[in-house]
Amino acid sequence: MSENTIFRVSSSPHIATNETTSRIMADVLIALMPCVIVGTFLFGIRALAVVLTSAAAAMFFEWAYQKITKQKITTGDLSAAVTGVLLALALPPTIPLFMVIIGDLFAIVIVKQLFGGIGCNFVNPALAARAFMVAAWSAPMTASYATPFMSGPDAITSATPLAILKGTAAEGIMPSITEAFMGIKAGCIGEVSGIMILVGFVYLLIRGVISYKSTVTYLVVFAALTYLFGKTPFSLEFTLYSLLTGTVLFGSVFMITDYTTSPSTDKGRYVFAAGCALLTFLIRRFGGYPEGFTYAVLLMNICVPFIDKYMIPKKFGARKKAEQKQ
Amino acid sequence: MMHTFKGGMHITDSKAYTNKLPIQTMSAGDLLYYPLQQHVGVMLSPVVSVGDSVKIGQLIADSDAFISAPIHASVSGTVKDIGLYPHPSGVKMQSIVIENDHQDAVDPSVQPMDDYFNYTHDQLIKIIRDAGIVGMGGAGFPTHVKLSPPPDKKIDYVIVNGAECEPYLTSDHRVMLETPDDIIYGLKTLMYILGLKSGYIGIEANKQDAIETLRKHIDADEYKQINIVPLKTKYPQGSEKHLIKAITKRSVPSGGLPADVGAIVVNIDTCAAITRKLKTGMPLIRRIVTISGDAISTPKNVSVPIGVPFKELIENAGGFSQEPKKIIMGGPMMGMAQHNLDTPVVKGTSALLCLTTDVSLFDTTGNCIRCSRCVSACPMRLAPLFLKKNVLAENYEECERYNIMDCLECGLCSYVCPSRQHPLQYIRMGKAQITENKRRGGQK
Repeated sequence: MSENTIFRVSSSPHIATNETTSRIMADVLIALMPCVIVGTFLFGIRALAVVLTSAAAAMFFEWAYQKITKQKITTGDLSAAVTGVLLALALPPTIPLFMVIIGDLFAIVIVKQLFGGIGCNFVNPALAARAFMVAAWSAPMTASYATPFMSGPDAITSATPLAILKGTAAEGIMPSITEAFMGIKAGCIGEVSGIMILVGFVYLLIRGVISYKSTVTYLVVFAALTYLFGKTPFSLEFTLYSLLTGTVLFGSVFMITDYTTSPSTDKGRYVFAAGCALLTFLIRRFGGYPEGFTYAVLLMNICVPFIDKYMIPKKFGARKKAEQKQ
Repeated sequence: MMHTFKGGMHITDSKAYTNKLPIQTMSAGDLLYYPLQQHVGVMLSPVVSVGDSVKIGQLIADSDAFISAPIHASVSGTVKDIGLYPHPSGVKMQSIVIENDHQDAVDPSVQPMDDYFNYTHDQLIKIIRDAGIVGMGGAGFPTHVKLSPPPDKKIDYVIVNGAECEPYLTSDHRVMLETPDDIIYGLKTLMYILGLKSGYIGIEANKQDAIETLRKHIDADEYKQINIVPLKTKYPQGSEKHLIKAITKRSVPSGGLPADVGAIVVNIDTCAAITRKLKTGMPLIRRIVTISGDAISTPKNVSVPIGVPFKELIENAGGFSQEPKKIIMGGPMMGMAQHNLDTPVVKGTSALLCLTTDVSLFDTTGNCIRCSRCVSACPMRLAPLFLKKNVLAENYEECERYNIMDCLECGLCSYVCPSRQHPLQYIRMGKAQITENKRRGGQK
């Protein structure tokens, strides 16, 4: 080392965590794996094909968009893969693959990249794509749920428990609460198994990727509203079914905890999660759809900038208003 | 139960390099540099001229201003030059250069003094001022100013800060282990000056041996007066406001000083320096420095004469083992990166770190993913991601609504960021711009 070496300077801090965006996204993918595995187990290889197609398509569209618009390629951060898998898990297992691909195109290009890419989209790409797909192909998106262990080219479709609860499906067999929790019921690929969702949730908590606050607030508010004002009030059984069917459990763990489309402060997260729960309940109870989760969260996503603006955490040593006037 | 505060986080402490190594004494080389500003306050004027001979402990620069602290020669020799030389802040600053004659002749003014209780409060404050004692944690606020709070502020707590929450730093830890009596005597002096019956020493739980050592050195009748408080190991536990919060449960109001909640916090080495002055008469001319990092051959804790250039410290520690990318004075979270090894040790040099990684070279072109880790980590409970956004938009009113001026620049927001946004850098820009705008506004 020569006498007059000039060292590089920069402002502090001079150390950083080794945590990176891609590691966080990889953790989310790992947390989604139990749902993928159980989905494949229940609905066969067709379900796995949906998941893999969706992840690949999402990555491809991000890469292609950034290539065409001459931006830096950021597929390495794995966020597109997370969007792809999330969307796939929220789809019925029998969905035609071309619809999945168009859904990914919508999620990645329209919802995410046109608004500036990761961190800049104002609604959840996977949920927005799902809403788009429900509007575009309502029959395959809402009516063709495969019965577990019966999939294949001649899959028997059946009504989802949620539709039966709602009364929109004329007939069907309700699974028991245990079956509903384990996932042995008709439904979307990743949403059926409560236990596998919880495994993913616990993993995310242990890894510090998300906090329990949004999820727990959402579930508590939603359960309370359903118990008190649901179609069958004061019924514990009905409340449990409501929690275990549809997107509620899956979404409360993987959708409302999305960084970009949820508020940044704890206070804001409580408001956001409670708002999502209220809207889900209202749509389920009074709306036309059996499931209200998607629209509820999309509506609350739009409110996030306002929540962030007014839910500023109380700073350390904040003076009381009376003191400020002095 | 362990005392602590809300927010902050545990970070890898990297203290194992040096926390078991006793303090070694290092002697100075041929040339020593004394920048005229090593404290917060007014810059000093030299009281020696080129060619004068000086002895150890002799006053070489002073000021009439209250907020200032004099500087003393740490070697004997001749004043070689007074001119612009490197300062740790990165600028060149008016400095006195002394050529060491290696005689180690001590100035006759350096004489042991009486016990603290034989002096009045005002005498002790003058003794501390004349010894050039400042806060040695890094900021360098003159200690005598701290000990002279406005008369309307009643002081209830004096706290010695042994948290040492910055990674790598072990100098305070070693001082607590090796000279516990000096710290206790210093604390008793402070209690006497402030008219208090009790005092506190706050120590992070990762320094259990220091907690036990200090407890052993408190005798029975002092036990009720001196409280050794174990603190949760969490950054930034050593921040004045957070230390006060942890020990007293009081929150220093936004924009206020510790004295507003009746507390005064003093650094460990500062406390020991007060004792040294009383017991030996020697003013502040040495300090304990941790030399550490993965690029240094033999990390160590050394007692260094103030004014020694950094390159001598590095030689003393066996030189570099690998090529360093970053040289830092102080801790890695709040310390200052150094470009030049001719820069000298000043009163606030708690450590010299040589690291092989440079986080400023990390790719920072990714977007903020709004993970909000910066919000959860912020010990002032601010929202760094919005501060950065508003600084970039030059929306300073909004920055103030988000309480930008309360930032204490602990660095956690930049540390935790998975997409390397470095919010602190933008917050600093914003704070500087707001201060500048107010100054201009005030002049109109």
